[in-house]
Amino acid sequence: MRKFLIILLVLPALLAAQTPTGDEILKRVDDNMTADNKIVTSKMIIHSRRGSRTIEAKSWLQGSEKSFTEYLAPAREKGTKMLKLEDQLWTYSPSTDRIIRIAGHLLRQSVMGSDLSYEDMMEDPELHNLYTASVNGEETVNGRLCWVLDLVGKKEDLAYQARKIWVDKERFLILREERFAKSGKLLKSTDITETMKIDNRWIAKRIVFKDALKTGGGTEFVIESINFNADIPDYVFSKASLRR
Amino acid sequence: MIKFLLKGLLRDRSRSLFPVLVVVAGVALTVLGYCWIKGAQNEMVSGSAHFSHGHVKIMTQAYAREADQVPNDLGLVNVASLLEDLNAEYPDMIWLPRIQFGGLLDIPDENGETRAQGPVVGMAIRLFDEESPERNILNLDNSLVSGRFPDKSGEILISDAFAKKLGVAIGETATLIGSSAYGGMAMSNFRVVGTLRFGVAVLDRGAMVADVSDIQYTLDMPDGAGEILGFFEDDIYDDKQAHQIAAEFNEAHLQPADEFSPVMKTLREASGVAYMLDMTKGIFTAMILLFVFVMSMVLWNAGLISALRRYGEIGVRLAIGEDKGHIYRAMLAEALMIGIIGSALGTLLGLAASYYLQTKGIDISGMMQNASMILSNVMRARVTPVAFIVGFLPGLMATLLGTAIAGIGIYKRQTSQLFKELEV
Repeated sequence: MRKFLIILLVLPALLAAQTPTGDEILKRVDDNMTADNKIVTSKMIIHSRRGSRTIEAKSWLQGSEKSFTEYLAPAREKGTKMLKLEDQLWTYSPSTDRIIRIAGHLLRQSVMGSDLSYEDMMEDPELHNLYTASVNGEETVNGRLCWVLDLVGKKEDLAYQARKIWVDKERFLILREERFAKSGKLLKSTDITETMKIDNRWIAKRIVFKDALKTGGGTEFVIESINFNADIPDYVFSKASLRR
Repeated sequence: MIKFLLKGLLRDRSRSLFPVLVVVAGVALTVLGYCWIKGAQNEMVSGSAHFSHGHVKIMTQAYAREADQVPNDLGLVNVASLLEDLNAEYPDMIWLPRIQFGGLLDIPDENGETRAQGPVVGMAIRLFDEESPERNILNLDNSLVSGRFPDKSGEILISDAFAKKLGVAIGETATLIGSSAYGGMAMSNFRVVGTLRFGVAVLDRGAMVADVSDIQYTLDMPDGAGEILGFFEDDIYDDKQAHQIAAEFNEAHLQPADEFSPVMKTLREASGVAYMLDMTKGIFTAMILLFVFVMSMVLWNAGLISALRRYGEIGVRLAIGEDKGHIYRAMLAEALMIGIIGSALGTLLGLAASYYLQTKGIDISGMMQNASMILSNVMRARVTPVAFIVGFLPGLMATLLGTAIAGIGIYKRQTSQLFKELEV
């Protein structure tokens, strides 16, 4: 009887010790997602009220600070490039041969009419740098057991002041996300409908973004291929490469 | 009798001068107020019609629901064929496709880097055709400050103050950064070939006018337009006719289940003009009632003073047998004459002041610096046929009412007391 009581008292403490904290989970999620260098080919299928269209792109990423994207299709968007260097973003349009810095209210504009904004692209992808996380239960998403994490912004000037994420307990992959304004209003939601395993890590293959303030059927972001720790020359991340 | 009363009024100025002056002042203010309100109403209605709503406007149902956000992604398609149908069905109207858009106008330096940038309100119209009715409707010929009108693709006009602010000269390149019909970023280079001064603060702050074909290409709207505006040939808005045309069009084209089917709205429905017209009508009615009330009070008071001064006269008239009703009616007749004379003089004075304000106007640009509504910087009065008679309503009503109230005292006089009162 005494043994039983001791087990009863100690068990919750043991279980609690096994459950990582929200910040620990978030760090694991970031570790799973980030790599020194990666080259991604992707397509966005944008479902608007008038129909759907597909945008294809190839991106070169170095850590979380530098990225270069070239749009490949459709013909109208082909050759449009985007360069992100730390907190600055430029776009190049071949039809005007102009490089324009995207700043201020332009950052809130949609990328190619999708449910993603330039502001989303500018965000530090490592969430633990921006948010404090707390575990708020467990739920099943797409048949996978997940931790539900509430994220609260560490800074005032974040695009989304709070987030709620569903993290796969085994793969440390975010399977669902809701992003909120300071007022608590839902601004954006994402759902991962397909995953893939590359180099021993699980990543999202198909993500459906939905801007809550936009009408339309959302944007499917599909990763066609991803090459982690690829060799990317430094000149790619320069303004000169936008016109190249 | 009339001649007798008129003589009395003219010879005894103390009986007529003050009431006439009161009526003249009140009527002149009424006429001026009416003409001013009509002028303001006209500026607002024609500004709204010419710059954004037309006399009737065709949009998709989806666009119409969010029209204040100018959602070009929900705009009309197959515009050429729709325009053909409209011209065949309503040949007496002028039909014009328009695209309203917003964005940034970016001026590059010699290296293609941003030299200056500013937010721009854009209007895509039929511009290349010299015979385009848009030139008259938007008064572009008189608004051109420098340069010339665009005559080929890639040429635009911008507002003169905006050009000065950006430091852009005629012939220089400007890049429009806007939002495509799909919501993505759209960029196009244009050459500034002329500058305009609209006399409308919201446009003079930063506007760009381009041909509709160029903006269709830039915003990825082939054969599309945000809206098609319809104008009556005489450029005078006829609400009844506009409603009739809209009802006919909607009967033939509107499909409630298809949010992209076209719907026609009248200027009154589409622009908030209804509210404004109702509001100004309400203000004018209130103004008339106020003038009638104030003038009646003043004239009642004048009538009471007059009755005191004419106490003896009325007493003698009663004493020699004149009927109380006859005296009362004679006083009302006098009041009517005062009202007619005062109203005529007041109307002349009010019309003169209104004509002056119709010609010269009042510059309100100082108040319009941050305004977002399309309203001329110079507000003018407008003299209409109704202005010639509108002042007679308060002029006659007030004099008659004032005298009618003051004259009640006649009936309180006791014939038995008259000699005592008259101290005979």
